[in-house]
Amino acid sequence: MGYVAVKGGSDAIHQAKELVEFYRIKEQTTPVTVEQIRSQMRLAVDKVVSEGGLYAPEYGAIALKQAEGDVFEAAFILRAFITTLQRRYYSQMLNTREMFIRRKISASFREIPGGQVLGPTRDYTQRILDTAKVDETLADIRDFLSQFEKGIDRERLQEVTSYGKVIDLLRAEGLLQGVGNAEDTTLKDITREAIKFPAPRSARLQMMARAETGGLMALGYSSLRGFGNTHPTVGELRYGTVPVRVKDARGRVRYIGKVEVTEAEMITTIKTDKKNSIPYYSIGYGLCFGQNDTKAICMGILDRAMRSPEYGAPANDAEFVLYHTEGIEAMGFTNHLKLPHYVTFQAGLSNVRAAVRRANAIMEEEELV
Amino acid sequence: MSFHNEHSWLLKVRNLTKVYGEPNERTVELTGPEFGTNICPETESIVACAGVSFDLFPGEVLGIVGESGSGKSTVVKLLYFDIEKTAGSAWLRPYGDGKTNILEASGQQKRYIRNHLMGTVYQNPRDGLNFSFSSGGNIAEKLIMAGHMHVGNIRERAAYLLDKTEVPVRRMDDRPAAFSGGMQQRVQISKAIANNPPLLFLDEVTTGLDVSVQARVLDLIRELQQELGIAMIVVSHDLSVIRMLTDRTLVMKHGRVVESGLTDQILQDPQHAYTQLLVSSLL
Amino acid sequence: MIENIKYKKSYNFGFIDESTKKEVRRKLLKAVAIPGYQVPYSSPEMPIARGWGTGGLHITLALIGRNDIFKIIDQGSDASVNACNLREFVQAMTGCRVTYDTTEATLIQTRHRITEEELREDQLFVFQVPQPEPLRGVERYEYRTRQMHGEADYAKMWVSLYESFVRHGDIMLGAGYPVKVNGRYIMAPSPIPRWDIPNLHQAKTLYLFGAGREKRLYAVPPHTTVEPLEFEDVKFNIERFNGASCSKTGYRRAFLDELFLDDGSKTFVINDSNFLDKMEQGDPIHQFTNPYLDQLV
Repeated sequence: MGYVAVKGGSDAIHQAKELVEFYRIKEQTTPVTVEQIRSQMRLAVDKVVSEGGLYAPEYGAIALKQAEGDVFEAAFILRAFITTLQRRYYSQMLNTREMFIRRKISASFREIPGGQVLGPTRDYTQRILDTAKVDETLADIRDFLSQFEKGIDRERLQEVTSYGKVIDLLRAEGLLQGVGNAEDTTLKDITREAIKFPAPRSARLQMMARAETGGLMALGYSSLRGFGNTHPTVGELRYGTVPVRVKDARGRVRYIGKVEVTEAEMITTIKTDKKNSIPYYSIGYGLCFGQNDTKAICMGILDRAMRSPEYGAPANDAEFVLYHTEGIEAMGFTNHLKLPHYVTFQAGLSNVRAAVRRANAIMEEEELV
Repeated sequence: MSFHNEHSWLLKVRNLTKVYGEPNERTVELTGPEFGTNICPETESIVACAGVSFDLFPGEVLGIVGESGSGKSTVVKLLYFDIEKTAGSAWLRPYGDGKTNILEASGQQKRYIRNHLMGTVYQNPRDGLNFSFSSGGNIAEKLIMAGHMHVGNIRERAAYLLDKTEVPVRRMDDRPAAFSGGMQQRVQISKAIANNPPLLFLDEVTTGLDVSVQARVLDLIRELQQELGIAMIVVSHDLSVIRMLTDRTLVMKHGRVVESGLTDQILQDPQHAYTQLLVSSLL
Repeated sequence: MIENIKYKKSYNFGFIDESTKKEVRRKLLKAVAIPGYQVPYSSPEMPIARGWGTGGLHITLALIGRNDIFKIIDQGSDASVNACNLREFVQAMTGCRVTYDTTEATLIQTRHRITEEELREDQLFVFQVPQPEPLRGVERYEYRTRQMHGEADYAKMWVSLYESFVRHGDIMLGAGYPVKVNGRYIMAPSPIPRWDIPNLHQAKTLYLFGAGREKRLYAVPPHTTVEPLEFEDVKFNIERFNGASCSKTGYRRAFLDELFLDDGSKTFVINDSNFLDKMEQGDPIHQFTNPYLDQLV
């Protein structure tokens, strides 16, 4: 019997599943704990949680372990997990002015209220491969932490407070563009209904909040390289924890915990042809779970870009941006090409063969004449 | 030229107005030729056209002449539904016996009117033709929308129309990108008259073509008009085009009609200062 | 006070939660009421990748009952790996009986084929759909295609068929040939071969279509007119296998798979695996009939 595409049935898929497990553990190294992944692979977990659209770092860590570190696969697992959960509440609006700041910078001003707080960032480190990490022990970790503690000035802890936002300063000066009548402010929930276009801003921001970082990055980058008309500056980038509250059945507002978010407010100007129109600043906004500068910044760029459609610039085309940065859908569909398509192909074959026959018949006729 | 009474009109337009931006009650009265501007000083909204009214009779050719900003293109864009009106009404005799304001028709009704009762030829062929279809395919689109579902008949009619507009029929299956500018305009014309509409809009159709090509296209349009008896509205900034094609003319400036009348009379004896200026610069 | 049971491993019947099931059912009712119209729905994520059958699963899991007998095929075959994976999932989440037998099944989910055996009034047939929008090839934007459907503005679709004919002498559409449903909506029947298209027309069975990734549901109710798009002089036709017949049974009146053997030679075999089994075993079969099949010499 000749080659028959992917028929093998249950046995084949069970064997494949076993092989997956085999490859995951064949080297018999110490099983990595979910705790270790959650704490030491924090940024991978943040990505999974952000693209999965579920703030559950521990579950994100489980998914990463299950997926052998494949972030796409792990985010997919989390997304599917959401479907098994009941939706009980919508939270009250998060106020990021209440953020307990871990990181707060602005590229637009040299000094901002509360100062430029670099926080935990690799931005200004050198990316030199640190082979010393190979020999890291728990003792090393404890040493580092005790040294670190000594550097904290406990007297000054009460100075830590929440800070006003840079955009509030711009708004006070009347420099910010107001939300016009043209802006659709309908509040959608894209996890509950399919997105339709033209989509209101709430839907666009929600799609981007769960979008795949690489996709957003590529399109945001294109916008800066000339495939678009957005000229952004980081007005403010924040990372920290924000309290989450819900209204209970009796209408009382209750605090249920806090989430880590990264928030970016990109200050942009847009080229305009209108004469005598005031070139107000407008804000491109980005917000995502966990620590992910890239995603928040690109969200901000694209938020602004999508509000001024421009021919030939994919970043300004809302349908293009939102459909194609949706990681779970993109990964699924691109990979579905691996599924058997032989009937589809066969259906086309008969057409192509008939067309070739027709063309040959015409050629023969012409030769005879 | 036939005599017509006021009831035999084909198209009646009253108070056609288009304003961009956020106008107030004074916007229209603060703009126009006396003020030398389209822009309202209070709200900065733009009055592209205001208060435009005219009648068009079957088989008649009406010209609209003016410079950029005059509103001449806006008038026709409103009438063939490329843009939405701010105010005004228009009635088309073959549609609802002329009793329905076509500017307030539904999307589907407008599509019907555009396909069966109007043809449009744009300055830029990309606006009037689909460049991913062949020329024959472009004409086929109109015929299919009118319910013709026989490929043989469709191709026959398309060939007939292309021949009429002097496009080589053997190029029917070529895409418009393969054609010269003049030929693309001819294809547009074939497409526009595919369903024998009583009314044709020609929006600066020869602007941008070489002068010799212009002359041929204009000749073609005139011949077609005489043969088919189609009513036309011809928009141009070029008085020589107006002179060649039209029976009557509206002169527009800053969104208003400043003068209207028989083309010959306007050219020989312009009344409004602006018309006089235009005529005097005619070579 | 609802307990949060950490790491719990039990699932709701059919995996998806009840309110989503209700939503799917409501939207399906709307789809049945407007044959061929694409109804948007929330399409929650499943543990199966997008593009691999989530839409079909949503419909199946929203409609399946404990007494249903479930069959699932992929490109006509029950044994195909993806069908096996989905079958195991449905079985695990519902405990339903599964079968390979088309006549025994009460609910059938399919990827890209209709069964050769005729389906009955008491059966449900669920299609997995990759691209629900038949106009996507001529118009890339969703907001425009929605408007085109709303206004029945299908001219671009027709012109693309005209162009195909003009360039190649025939309408070069293979699988997923667009159809007009109930004289109103143009619909994408999922990438089934042209062979299967006539079996949509005036059928006894309720046909349901799920596009999970694109988040649309649509339906062809029983006894509905389904017409492949054709011109008066350029007609729709089904695949011809040029006189080939199944090398195992000699049968011709079924869609055939073309196979290349190790020595490079070609052979044909009936595609529908259950139908082939029945033919080989001499079991009684009750095949779809339609005028196009009758014309097949």
